[in-house]
Amino acid sequence: MFDSKELKKLEKKQKKWEEKFKNSRLQQRKFITVSMEEVAPLYTPLDSKDRDFDEKIGFPGEYPYTRGVQTSMYRGRTWTMRQFSGMGSARQTNERYHYLLKHGQTGLSVAFDMPTLMGYDSDHVFSKGEVGLCGVAVDSLKDMEIIFDGIPLDKISTSMTINSPSNILLAMYIAVAEKQGVPQEILTGTTQNDILKEYIAQKEWIYPPAPSMRLIVDSIEYCTKHVPKWNTISISGYHIREAGATAAQELAFTLADGFAYVEAAIERGMDVDDFAPRLSFFFNAHLDFFEEIGKYRAARRIWARRMKEKYGAKNPKSMLMRFHTQTAGCSLTAQQPENNIVRTAFEALSGVLGGTQSLHTNSMDETYALPSEQAVKIALRTQQLIAYETGVVNTIDPLAGSYFVEAMTDRLEDEAEAYFDEIEKRGGVIQCIEDGYFQREIARAAYNYQKAIEKGDRVVVGVNEFVEEDEEIRIPLLKIDKQVEIDQCEMLEKLRKERDNDAVKRTLDNLRAVAEGDGNTVEAILECVRAYATEGEMCDVMREVWGEYTEKSII
Amino acid sequence: MERKIRILLAKPGLDGHDRGIKVIANSFRDAGIETIYAGLRQTPETIVEAAIQEDVDAIGLSILSGAHMTLFPAVLKLLKERGADDILLFGGGIIPEEDIEELNKMGVGRLFTPGTPTSEIVEYVKSKIEKE
Repeated sequence: MFDSKELKKLEKKQKKWEEKFKNSRLQQRKFITVSMEEVAPLYTPLDSKDRDFDEKIGFPGEYPYTRGVQTSMYRGRTWTMRQFSGMGSARQTNERYHYLLKHGQTGLSVAFDMPTLMGYDSDHVFSKGEVGLCGVAVDSLKDMEIIFDGIPLDKISTSMTINSPSNILLAMYIAVAEKQGVPQEILTGTTQNDILKEYIAQKEWIYPPAPSMRLIVDSIEYCTKHVPKWNTISISGYHIREAGATAAQELAFTLADGFAYVEAAIERGMDVDDFAPRLSFFFNAHLDFFEEIGKYRAARRIWARRMKEKYGAKNPKSMLMRFHTQTAGCSLTAQQPENNIVRTAFEALSGVLGGTQSLHTNSMDETYALPSEQAVKIALRTQQLIAYETGVVNTIDPLAGSYFVEAMTDRLEDEAEAYFDEIEKRGGVIQCIEDGYFQREIARAAYNYQKAIEKGDRVVVGVNEFVEEDEEIRIPLLKIDKQVEIDQCEMLEKLRKERDNDAVKRTLDNLRAVAEGDGNTVEAILECVRAYATEGEMCDVMREVWGEYTEKSII
Repeated sequence: MERKIRILLAKPGLDGHDRGIKVIANSFRDAGIETIYAGLRQTPETIVEAAIQEDVDAIGLSILSGAHMTLFPAVLKLLKERGADDILLFGGGIIPEEDIEELNKMGVGRLFTPGTPTSEIVEYVKSKIEKE
């Protein structure tokens, strides 16, 4: 963009400025990102002189998609405002969904309780005290019928945050749709279905890695044939970041997981262009504004390049990294909780400027409990303010060409590539999980971050600066009634009496045979679901066949 | 010779969010406290058993799933039954103020919410144990 004569002139000028800068008043502290990376005080065309526009930046909707996956981005359609939600009983969750849809939410996102996430029924001894607390309790198809009561599944897209038992919840969703007269071929939505990040970060696993990967490839294979509009997997960096990872680690480990899924499906014999267009991603939006924007832009570019060059994708759709974003839960503070509204707004804005396809904004009260209705409404309004008042949607990828943002994008790409090499050297993603490599890297980053706060190297408003002594917290909190667990267990007991238990046994036996062999588990699970077998019963069958995973201690 | 303070940290219940407890474990160790991290998915029974076997001065539990009103009282009850209620039980997580007050009344020590400096937690345990 500059000829050599101009560059020479510029270099001279910059040198002069750097001298002046060194001699001006400077705070004696490090200027670091939230990932503890130092940044320069100024970026200029000299940082961009070797960057080829077509190769690194280009146009929206065109390879390498740095600027966004669609040609028209938010001029065509605003992102999907999708608040993650679910609590208590199926009925209570259904009421919250109707409330959110009434207030302009455009897609659903189901949060399940811990027993559901871990594949236990509500009356299991491990479920005691956990039913309906951090999400909705689902034991059987009955619960899912209530959750989606009055919600037309042919019009609404639904994301379900479920991993180890993912195929069971997918089957239940398909079965609810059947009852509404909606064929699975037209269903839209996403199952998170990302077990690798569970081993790495969130720790909600049931089975060992090999059968877990098989379950995922089974779902990819099934959906490719029968539920073609379904996002089979949401490859998630969110939890990796929440566990303490830096932006570069989030980016690198998430994409490495993505490559592992692609390789597993190819190994099954699938054509990359048949399944890759339905892979989706999920990133965190943390507080460091420009670092986050660089992360999203780098992610799209790396994914497109790998899909094309390494995995031989020919369909451009296979190269698109479409992603959901959620603001960083770990950035919220218990102190002065109203400040969390502001934090969330900045984070959400970085997701939008980074070109997200859908967005969840956290509520201010989430360091205390699940969000109250009022807090959720403010969080949703934050997205609407960004979309309709700030003007940031008018221009596509408006920060492209910023010397700083482009340098940040390149830096994150380089850091991710270095991690890919390291992971490969260590024997691949699953080997790294079993060796605790990711877990150690993340725990170290989390500890360094905490130390920086305690040393005062990093200011957290209301926590280590601008503290209010004797602060009284006055925000209304949501409480889950203990009665939910009692009711849920009673309903379950009733279900077990009233259903056709011969059909349950027959379908569960079939599931066992399929699990022991190498058939596709999704169809067998669908049969169990239709017979009202419970989630715990299905998971138990697979536990008996495959065993359970235990983590090697890293501390 | 003065005996070092020994503590047991654990995550009871199904919740797998272990960022906080690992950070705390490192902080305790850096402060010279012998720290055993029992890991994920511990039941009240295994926690109390380990605490007695390891002869610890305190148990720290981390719960982010909302199950605190079941799990803290369960551990407390078992400690009493085993005559080990001299062991300090404290913890942290996503816990509303109201519940903290109720648990404190039952005899649970301090419960720390997000944003607490780890030094405050270490100091708390040191002062409680050394006083005794």
